[in-house]
Amino acid sequence: MTVTVMKNENLLVENTLPTATETEKLDKKDRVIEIYVGKPTNGGNANLGDEPRIQMDNKFITVDEVGDYALQALSSMPEHLKSVATVSIKADIGVKMGVIEDLKSELRMVNLLKINYTTYEGAAADNL
Amino acid sequence: MPGQWLTSLFYYSSFFLVTTTIENDMGLNRIMPPDDNNAIVDIKERNLFEISINDADLIMAEEDIIDPKNLREKVIAFIDNGGFPIEAEGYCNHCKGNRFANSSENPDKAIISIKAQRNSSYPVYVTVQNEVIAAYNELRDRESLRLFNTPYKTIYSDYYNEKNSEDEKGQLKERLEIIRSLYPQKILEPETVNN
Repeated sequence: MTVTVMKNENLLVENTLPTATETEKLDKKDRVIEIYVGKPTNGGNANLGDEPRIQMDNKFITVDEVGDYALQALSSMPEHLKSVATVSIKADIGVKMGVIEDLKSELRMVNLLKINYTTYEGAAADNL
Repeated sequence: MPGQWLTSLFYYSSFFLVTTTIENDMGLNRIMPPDDNNAIVDIKERNLFEISINDADLIMAEEDIIDPKNLREKVIAFIDNGGFPIEAEGYCNHCKGNRFANSSENPDKAIISIKAQRNSSYPVYVTVQNEVIAAYNELRDRESLRLFNTPYKTIYSDYYNEKNSEDEKGQLKERLEIIRSLYPQKILEPETVNN
């Protein structure tokens, strides 16, 4: 039951998303690559610190590894979905733009250009 | 007994986890320019609307600090300005803007640049993206209602509705393309700008 689903994605970072009104529904899961960004929730491990971390595939990765991991995710997709793959950026409201810009430029380097700033539905003014 | 209690707590919390991750499947779609894009775009100043967010999260539009509540309206005025003279090629017939000589020539030439500093907050950036997309959507909606008596969003969601036949989809696609060509979305990643 739920346990098997949970194995898919285990959040290691804080992940309260910003809100937006002009949203579109993300494509089906089989063509979406998810990247989480936020402060580590740390599960009691204070060594992780407060700096935002990037999570892909159930683990922390560095910004330089984003391209490799994204390509790996892409290579496991069926051929006909590769050209329509979208990267869903699930970044916490506490994150600064520096890490987001770094992440975007990594994605551009591996030519993954379709991104989605994943949000909750709601007035964008709530973000301010 | 305590073990059992722990197990049910585990199920409960994992269920919560699952629902929170699955529901976040909405967002703002963007297409980034390719990395090997060496072609530097030359843009006339009048056709470029610059928005920047500074380290203190103040939003600047055209060099003035702006309340985000007023951003959408400003962006609409810029995109919809239609400054090309009536006899010029590229004159915007459908534009309802002020046709100022120092604002965009037509919607196809009008470009929005959104720039943030490393220390700007991500949610403020998302708000700015949202308001710019909202400006395009409002203009597209206006034209969609005028031409097809249907809001742009309805045409868009009908197009992706699996229940509609291929024939219907063909017509919807045509309509989407017409509306998008009237107000093509031109939002720029700043490193490609040179003016």
